[in-house]
Amino acid sequence: MIGIEHYLTVAAILFVLGVLGIFLNRKNVIVILMAVELILLAVNLNLVAFSAFLQDLTGQVFAMLVLTVAAAEAAIGLAILVIYFRTRGSIAVDDINRMKG
Amino acid sequence: MLIQAIAFYFFATIVVASAVMVVMARNPVHSVLWLILAFFNAAGLMVLLGAEFIAMLLVIVYVGAVAVLFLFVVMMLDIDFAAMRAGFSRNAPLGLLIAAILLAELLLGVGAYNAGGLTLGKAAGDAAQAAGTSNIEALGELLYGRYIVLFEIAGIILLVAMIGAIVLTFQPPKPGARARQDVAKQIRRRPEDATVMKSPEVGQGVEL
Repeated sequence: MIGIEHYLTVAAILFVLGVLGIFLNRKNVIVILMAVELILLAVNLNLVAFSAFLQDLTGQVFAMLVLTVAAAEAAIGLAILVIYFRTRGSIAVDDINRMKG
Repeated sequence: MLIQAIAFYFFATIVVASAVMVVMARNPVHSVLWLILAFFNAAGLMVLLGAEFIAMLLVIVYVGAVAVLFLFVVMMLDIDFAAMRAGFSRNAPLGLLIAAILLAELLLGVGAYNAGGLTLGKAAGDAAQAAGTSNIEALGELLYGRYIVLFEIAGIILLVAMIGAIVLTFQPPKPGARARQDVAKQIRRRPEDATVMKSPEVGQGVEL
């Protein structure tokens, strides 16, 4: 029998892999954004698992909101990345502190 | 029940393995492709949970839009990705340490639940899926009823993100860069300005 703890374990592993991805690929903004997407996926999995096991659909409504924010975040993040690359010719995270005014 | 368990372990194994490949892959293009696989299998897990609508949304929004956007940007930017991995092994010990601590803490909660120290509790709301209705029907009832304000806020967030992305990446065209359409000039043009009527004699040409 697959209980909620199985789903929570998978979501926890996904979340930790996302955090690990941010540490491992510290120079590459694109992979960091992908790691953030993994973290949000883990959160969504948690919300849906609790929603299913508590028999309450509110969790799924909230998962949709998280999905919306994740899509908006990816669009804005990649737009910033593109204009940053256009002006600097690189996307190394170490150079981004030049952006402070 | 056995089928469900087999499907769960199948999807869970692939989603975890592809998440590992997302953060480990040398080439970001491969990372995006592994991310797509991870999203597909997470959608499978959500189907197992009975949340078909969220699963389909995940496939459409993440795989159809976000992952393709990532792929587009990765392929558009001409970057030396080998140099990007310079700090990979230097940051690995700290990252692994923090990841191990985080995972231990998260699994502690799951273990406490398994051992009976925690109980699942009751849902605060009364938004249960009514018997005989499909998941999308019940979710739509909730989304267009009780949570209509949240739904509209989500729409505004997407609108702001769209406008923001356009404003950020918009480049005004350089003057004289290439022929541009002047709509006002086109509309101002009248037939009298553009054409002339001639009735030449037979056997003579027309001089314009």
